[in-house]
Amino acid sequence: MSEHFRLSGATGRAVRFVFDGVTYQGREGDTLASALLANGVHLIGRSYKYHRPRGMLTAGAEEPNALVAVERGRGRMTPNLRATQIELYDGLVATSQNRWPSLAFDVGVINDVAGKFYSAGFYYKTFMGPKFAGTALWTRVFEPIVRYAAGLGARPTDPDPDRYAQFYAHCDVLVCGAGPAGLAAALAAARSGKDVILCDEQSEPGGSLLHETTATIDGRPARVWAEEGLAELKAAANVRVMARTQAFGWYAQNFVALSERVADHLAELPRGARERLWQVRAKRVVIATGAIERPIVFPGNDRPGVMLAEAGRIYLNRFGVKVGSRVVVVTAHDSAYRVALDLAAAGVTVAAIADVRSMPLRARMQEAEAAGIRVISSATVTGTKGRRRVSGVGIAQVGGDVVGGTDWIACDCLLMSGGWTPSVHLYSQSRGKVVWHEDRQMFLPGASVQDERSAGACRGSFTLEAALSEGDRAGAEAAGIETARPSFAITGEAGTEGGVLGRLPRRPGAKGKAFVDFQNDVKADDIELAVQEGMRSIEHVKRYTTTGMATDQGKTSNLNALAIAAGKLGRSIPQVGLTTFRQPYTPVTFGAFAGANRGDLFDPVRQTPIHSWAEENGAAFEDVGLWKRAWYFPKPGEDMHRAVLRECRQTRATAGIFDASTLGKIEVVGPDAAVFMEKLYTNPWAKLEPGRCRYGLMLNEAGFVMDDGVIARMADDRFHVTTTTGGAPRVLHHMEDYLQTEFPDLRVWLTSTTEQWAVIAVQGPKAREIVAPLVAGFDISKEAMPHMSIREGTVCGVPARVMRVSFTGELGFEINVPADHGRAVWEAVWAEGRKVDAVAYGTEAMHVMRAEKGYIIVGQETDGTVTPADLGLNWAVGKAKKDFVGKRSLVRPDMIVDGRKQLVGLLTEDPAIVLEEGAQITATAAPAAGTRALGHVTSSYASPALGRSIALAMVAGGRDRSGERLYVPMPGGAIAVTIVDPVFVDPKGERLDV
Amino acid sequence: MLLIHCPYCEMDRPELEFRYGGEAHIARPADPMATSDETWAEHLYFRSNPRGLHAERWRHISGCGRFFNCLRDTVSDRIVTTYKAGEARPEIDRGAA
Amino acid sequence: MSDRSVAVAARRGPLHAVSLPKGETFAVTRAPDAARFVLRGDPAGVAAFGPAAPGMLRASESGSRAALRLGPDEILLLAPGEDAEAIRGELAAKLPAGAHSLVDVSHRQIGLVVEGRSAALCLAAGCPLDLRPAAFPIGMATRTIFLKAEIVLWRQADDRFHVEVWRSFAPYLVGHLSDAHAGSSDP
Repeated sequence: MSEHFRLSGATGRAVRFVFDGVTYQGREGDTLASALLANGVHLIGRSYKYHRPRGMLTAGAEEPNALVAVERGRGRMTPNLRATQIELYDGLVATSQNRWPSLAFDVGVINDVAGKFYSAGFYYKTFMGPKFAGTALWTRVFEPIVRYAAGLGARPTDPDPDRYAQFYAHCDVLVCGAGPAGLAAALAAARSGKDVILCDEQSEPGGSLLHETTATIDGRPARVWAEEGLAELKAAANVRVMARTQAFGWYAQNFVALSERVADHLAELPRGARERLWQVRAKRVVIATGAIERPIVFPGNDRPGVMLAEAGRIYLNRFGVKVGSRVVVVTAHDSAYRVALDLAAAGVTVAAIADVRSMPLRARMQEAEAAGIRVISSATVTGTKGRRRVSGVGIAQVGGDVVGGTDWIACDCLLMSGGWTPSVHLYSQSRGKVVWHEDRQMFLPGASVQDERSAGACRGSFTLEAALSEGDRAGAEAAGIETARPSFAITGEAGTEGGVLGRLPRRPGAKGKAFVDFQNDVKADDIELAVQEGMRSIEHVKRYTTTGMATDQGKTSNLNALAIAAGKLGRSIPQVGLTTFRQPYTPVTFGAFAGANRGDLFDPVRQTPIHSWAEENGAAFEDVGLWKRAWYFPKPGEDMHRAVLRECRQTRATAGIFDASTLGKIEVVGPDAAVFMEKLYTNPWAKLEPGRCRYGLMLNEAGFVMDDGVIARMADDRFHVTTTTGGAPRVLHHMEDYLQTEFPDLRVWLTSTTEQWAVIAVQGPKAREIVAPLVAGFDISKEAMPHMSIREGTVCGVPARVMRVSFTGELGFEINVPADHGRAVWEAVWAEGRKVDAVAYGTEAMHVMRAEKGYIIVGQETDGTVTPADLGLNWAVGKAKKDFVGKRSLVRPDMIVDGRKQLVGLLTEDPAIVLEEGAQITATAAPAAGTRALGHVTSSYASPALGRSIALAMVAGGRDRSGERLYVPMPGGAIAVTIVDPVFVDPKGERLDV
Repeated sequence: MLLIHCPYCEMDRPELEFRYGGEAHIARPADPMATSDETWAEHLYFRSNPRGLHAERWRHISGCGRFFNCLRDTVSDRIVTTYKAGEARPEIDRGAA
Repeated sequence: MSDRSVAVAARRGPLHAVSLPKGETFAVTRAPDAARFVLRGDPAGVAAFGPAAPGMLRASESGSRAALRLGPDEILLLAPGEDAEAIRGELAAKLPAGAHSLVDVSHRQIGLVVEGRSAALCLAAGCPLDLRPAAFPIGMATRTIFLKAEIVLWRQADDRFHVEVWRSFAPYLVGHLSDAHAGSSDP
């Protein structure tokens, strides 16, 4: 095969490519579609439902049929690409889709023969009701078949190795579309000196001018005018011209998303990004998105070789490719005459122009006749012939309501033009309301909702002169300057009148599939059936038939579907309504949306200053919010259970060292600091002396526990507040909320210091021995530094805040040092710890040891519905305080009612059983279905200190149930438990007092 | 993504820098303990949820950090005006939204 | 209390062992260690530190010291190479009692210098602000976001920004800037 349909004298370097295993030759500058057509290949895919053979319908982004997969190595398979947009490069490998076993012979074609089973509403009708829903027949037989058969293309299975970049961009004027209107707009706006972005989806800007060979603009061939304009734009420092860039989505306040294909047109794999997503905030936008030619609805309008008329001209004039050797043109619009003339001039036989209008413009008729082309007016199409390629078309003439006899005309290509549909997608996405123009039979942009303006064919201005001058005006206006040139001199333009909507006239009872939506295989009959079955709104017709719901979103089909539904309903088009234009205009890859936000860069991975030490010492890590925390430190051969057992035992025997750096920290400073603390925490603070600490409990206004932590008073006007690891941002926000909006007169300020300090907890009876040698400037003896106190001085020579606190029930210190020193201080502490056989312990051992002491963890024992009283924490609530956030709620009726869930301890009767956290607790072993649970298990561990399992739970009226036997029903049978006090170890706190 | 005018920064800033804060002008009673259960429940849980202009709180949390108020049309999602915390709700005609 | 002498603990920052992007049009380098404070309250208090009180969202400098006005009553003080304890003492003596909050955040965050012709573009990979010089002029400083990290962005020249970021977010920021640099170059 070597380009039999290429015009002689075609330039462009020859390149080889493979389609469905066959190697072909194309030219640089080709699309896959133009290169295949140059080789006479029209058949490129099978349709979605009926598996009918399909070919290229269009030459652009609106293509519904020619979807292929491009394969460029492992992980680089992209399905559902439009062959009309794929730029050819040497070595391109593409395959057709939706066919098995091969494109030419496809088993699914049985659907075509058995088509009546796939009529409108097929899924709704077939698989509804008790006959199918939830049955094995459905789940085992039909669903897998439907799932296999459904969808387009195949899903890539390997990870995508390419890079996708995302950028925000800002400009004064964004011009979407670089056809005549867009170029004129950009040229006008550029003169203002303001920042202009001009984007166009095609490989080269120019739009329709790229294939315009007859018209001239200001005395220059249209294409030359476009090239000169483009050169001017590219040379301007304030203009960025973006080719291969689709403006696919419009969001609030002129926020427009662009998808740029950076590297798919290159033979080499990309070194930088494959695609870029641009999120552009534009002060003003010019929409110059052109118009899309409409297919005509007649039987057999989907055969390979049946194409939109202008596509035939694009392939000829831009790519040097003849779409056939013998062409019939079926049209309702003047523009197709120019197509016929250009083809005839290139040596293609134009067998006839069948114009569906009764009186085509005289000028058009004369042009055609001059070129020796027969024109049939009042024409309709009764059918087409040919299986894998159109071989003939049946034309009949219509007189009144009567369709005459069919005249079969042989052809290998049928070009059709139902007229042009302005591309109002972006305008509509901007929330503008399109307006139906009955006289012109089209929806056009109405009033602007955002700061945008449409120009050219997308607002129904089809002549070159109108497109250019509107573009010029829109560009100037968007840039805030006067337009410099009110008009353009045009010669040689094609006609711009005509159009038809809905299906062509047919004989009563005529058969044959007349397609409306090619990609979803929706026929005119389906739409009429939907109306017949009671659908009234186009939104219902759309969902029932799936018209317009394919990946092309009905770019070529929506207007015809609407007209057919309206016709059947006997209502006007605006009465039937228009479906919503949704983003994206064309499909966008997941890669573009994900950008760099994947793998290690998906979320920030927050590491403490001591993380590297833990890593070097074999720690297993767990995720706590965005933090990585050392979970446990297994020795060789240890599993988690053994490691945690050892860490807990050794901590209680001598000492353990723990990285507590992730604890939230907030410095509350100012003369009113204590007053503020009184308001935000349940506890009293006014009388807490500097140098002392207190356990603080924070409620939300509804009276529920939202956070807790140890709070140290550094000075009269300064508190060092700690929060839970996950709660830090929430607590600061909550504090700022009250400070700024409820107590703005307080002179106090809040500063997050979470990351200022590395925090090293040293816990255990030998803790003091470990810390003492490293400290200077204060005394950490039992007498000088009691439990719950804080001192400032130095540790290892760096400024430090040392708290005597405990979350294990053992003697404990928490050393706060500036974060950069954290690792070195940790190593010094570790070296001291080694002398007493101290261990490093992780979060799991921390959890176990605190549970042994009955200390709660906010978010584990609490769930946003728990009060201090429920937790047995009333001792932390200042009774004498007049007010604090949440106080009033604590005396609401539901908060003091009997039977609320309360924190208790649980012991299983079998000490070896460790309960499931979250398990329900019931009064009987086998409660009747529907019995309300008494509570649930909140924390559960194997306790090294007790040598048995322990659990914490929230149980209704729990504190009055001490000693009661309850049950935890599990799939393997109920587990008997006894309610006990939640403090399992050292209830008197003697171990703290050393 | 909306652009929101921060009345403290005195410039339009991207929505991503802000956090929504619920209905505005819900003053915490000066002495909560003096309120009835009904009044307190009203204060805690009941909000106006209007169709149309809604006075609401936002915080420029990843900017200047300030809470401020805003009038937003809940039908069009358009922000009509923003103003500093503590200032009275501006008189704006529903039709102007 | 111990009388044994202990070696002063060495420093290790969050970008230890993280490689920074460096190219012809774009480079990220670590700014020198600095003493940093958050000063809250009357902005006039900045005078005690050296620079004049900056206007909203502006930086003012005096010698190597800089003050960045991040909010109506929030100023970030930067003193490269200086000792935080010394500055704390100096300011405590000069600031009027009860009118300010001064909190040491020297280690909370790090400074990065992001520079080169592509600096603004690479920052735009994660920062939704308009970074064109007219909208974000030299001398402007503000807290903002970069994807899922909060940053302070200060433009020092057309092609140079100083970025402050909390330490645990620094590798994330640098990773994304590297990626943006790679993704911004033409194939």
